[in-house]
Amino acid sequence: MHKKLSRILFTIFASLLTLPSWAQDSADKAQMAGVMRSNGKIYVVVAVLVIILLGLLFYLVRLDRKISKMEKN
Amino acid sequence: MLSKNWWKILSAICLLYAFIAGFLGSVPAKPILHETIRNLYFHVAMWFCMMIYFIVSVVYSIKYLRNSNPKNDVYALEFANAGILFGVLGLTTGAVWAKYTWGAFWSNDPKQLGAAIALLIYFAYLVLRNSIADVDKRARIAAVYNVFAFFMLFPTIWIIPRLMESLHPGGMGNPALNSQDIDSRMRPIFLLGAVPGWALLGTWITTLRIRLKFLEEKKLSNA
Repeated sequence: MHKKLSRILFTIFASLLTLPSWAQDSADKAQMAGVMRSNGKIYVVVAVLVIILLGLLFYLVRLDRKISKMEKN
Repeated sequence: MLSKNWWKILSAICLLYAFIAGFLGSVPAKPILHETIRNLYFHVAMWFCMMIYFIVSVVYSIKYLRNSNPKNDVYALEFANAGILFGVLGLTTGAVWAKYTWGAFWSNDPKQLGAAIALLIYFAYLVLRNSIADVDKRARIAAVYNVFAFFMLFPTIWIIPRLMESLHPGGMGNPALNSQDIDSRMRPIFLLGAVPGWALLGTWITTLRIRLKFLEEKKLSNA
């Protein structure tokens, strides 16, 4: 059982190692949002999204606690 | 406490990884797509989650048919609900993405139509449930229908869209996951961050709904 598990984990790890070689394609140069990123404004978007995500997770934790309390009574 | 809830923390970590690396990481430069390629971490993850929840749902429906335990019916219902929620999110986010890459929110593309039909079949699951008053009958018929609905997913979202010309990537293989569509910079963020993160978050919401449902039933039987 233990051997099997370590074998599976090793397979996953080994296949992760090959990830960088999967795709080295050279697509035509498409225009990316270079200016927006160099100005650093993308960090604002990331900050907003992380706040929303953390807010939602916090809300879920509260809800989870509330239901746990109800289950105890 | 921690031994039971570790996966909720894992969900938060995976999602934070997907949100931060998803926007700050570098992505392949593709014509038409440009920066919208980052939608992969969100739009495509919705479909992965939908499929996971529908699989879990049908497993519980089959379990119900084997042992008639009403708990299994609740599990099947709530996981189907989660699948429908993520499916609707996948369809709407896909429509917005399509507007700015294909030119229209809805272009009757085989992949859009297939996904819409698959979801309508699941809507019918909810309607069918609510149309039956008798609890045991409802659970039994709903479980049988859920097996049918699950197998309708194969032609509607797995087979037919792949056989037809489509604007959507992945006509010749797995949509959006082959090396022409994304590369090694995106794959770990998607497979190790977005998919497990969203999947566990939806499971968390589903378990809350299931627990609430059991509490309601307990209250009803006590009253």
